[in-house]
Amino acid sequence: MDKPDRPDDRYSITTRAEEFLQVFKRGAEFTQELLRENERLRYRLVQLEENLREAEKAPVTGTEEELIHRIRELEDERHHLLSKFKEVEAENKDFANRYLEVEEENNNLANLYVASYQLHSTLDFREVMQIILEIVINLIGAEEFGVLLLDEKTNELRAVATEGIRKEDIPAVKLGEGRIGRAAKEGTNHFPQKIAHEGPIDPLDPMVCIPLKIKEHVIGVIAIYKLLLQKEKFTPLDLELFTLLAGHAATATFASKLYSESERKLSTIQGFIDLLTK
Amino acid sequence: MSHKVLIVEDSATMRQLIGFALKRIQGVEITEAQDGMDGLKKISSDKYDLALIDINMPLLDGLKLVKLIRSDPRCKDIPIAMITTEGAREDRERALQLGANEYLTKPIQQVEVVRIARSLLGIG
Repeated sequence: MDKPDRPDDRYSITTRAEEFLQVFKRGAEFTQELLRENERLRYRLVQLEENLREAEKAPVTGTEEELIHRIRELEDERHHLLSKFKEVEAENKDFANRYLEVEEENNNLANLYVASYQLHSTLDFREVMQIILEIVINLIGAEEFGVLLLDEKTNELRAVATEGIRKEDIPAVKLGEGRIGRAAKEGTNHFPQKIAHEGPIDPLDPMVCIPLKIKEHVIGVIAIYKLLLQKEKFTPLDLELFTLLAGHAATATFASKLYSESERKLSTIQGFIDLLTK
Repeated sequence: MSHKVLIVEDSATMRQLIGFALKRIQGVEITEAQDGMDGLKKISSDKYDLALIDINMPLLDGLKLVKLIRSDPRCKDIPIAMITTEGAREDRERALQLGANEYLTKPIQQVEVVRIARSLLGIG
């Protein structure tokens, strides 16, 4: 036998069914809403994709083109400036080297000018000898040396001025004998490649021999035995000075000797004239 | 601006050579003294901005001259550069101990004379 429904039970089922229906309706509405949102977003996505494609296809506007052009120009300019900078840097180094060369040349010219100026500044034989000594000390850097002049009667070279060594310590040298005699006979400079500062000196075997020449006529020799401690090697200036000394010192020496002799003769003649006229 | 420089050196060649180098500095006025005594006389009677003094000189050598200059209140502050043929370090040190500010070693280089003179005259 069926059990009759109780009114309470019926009420409860109806309420729950209604509640379920409400939830279902809300779920359906929510689903609808989601579908709409989904549709809207898909549409937006398509729109954006389309915009992007169009943007890629679209030509660059005038301003952008100008900017790109300017960037390229600036890039070119940068490369140009960089290469110019490297060029200038290389030129700078070249100028620095040339400056040093010019300075050295200037120094050499000043030394040569002063040496020749001083050598021809007097006709006094002793002064000329003193100037030769000064040049050899101060411009070449010699410490011990002597100036030997050729006596054409005896064909011997004798020391007439010295520095750091006594005149008496340098014996007379026959023309063509030993290093000094050979330098005088051949008229050629002698100088070593390497400079020695130590060891005893030999007056007959100098380190450097510079013949004093008037054209090809040798009138004497400068014999250098020892150089100053700080003088480590011969420079191109030294070679120039050797050549200058070979010519100018010889001329100055010869001229001063002639002048002294003529002065002596003149005073003798004057003495005779005075004797005859008074 | 002028800079008065005194060269005390017995060698005429050296005086001319140093003078030649110093003339490259603008405004330099050069006075020459032929030995230590002449140098002392000149330095005591006038005001100089720099003195270049040779060590080996007759009558009064360069080292004695430096000593006298440094003890004279009228000129004790003058910058001094010694000119020396001595290459040994002890000789340079002796000169510097006596009051020299700098030294030049013979054979001198023009550019070195200019550099030292500029430095002692305070010219950049």
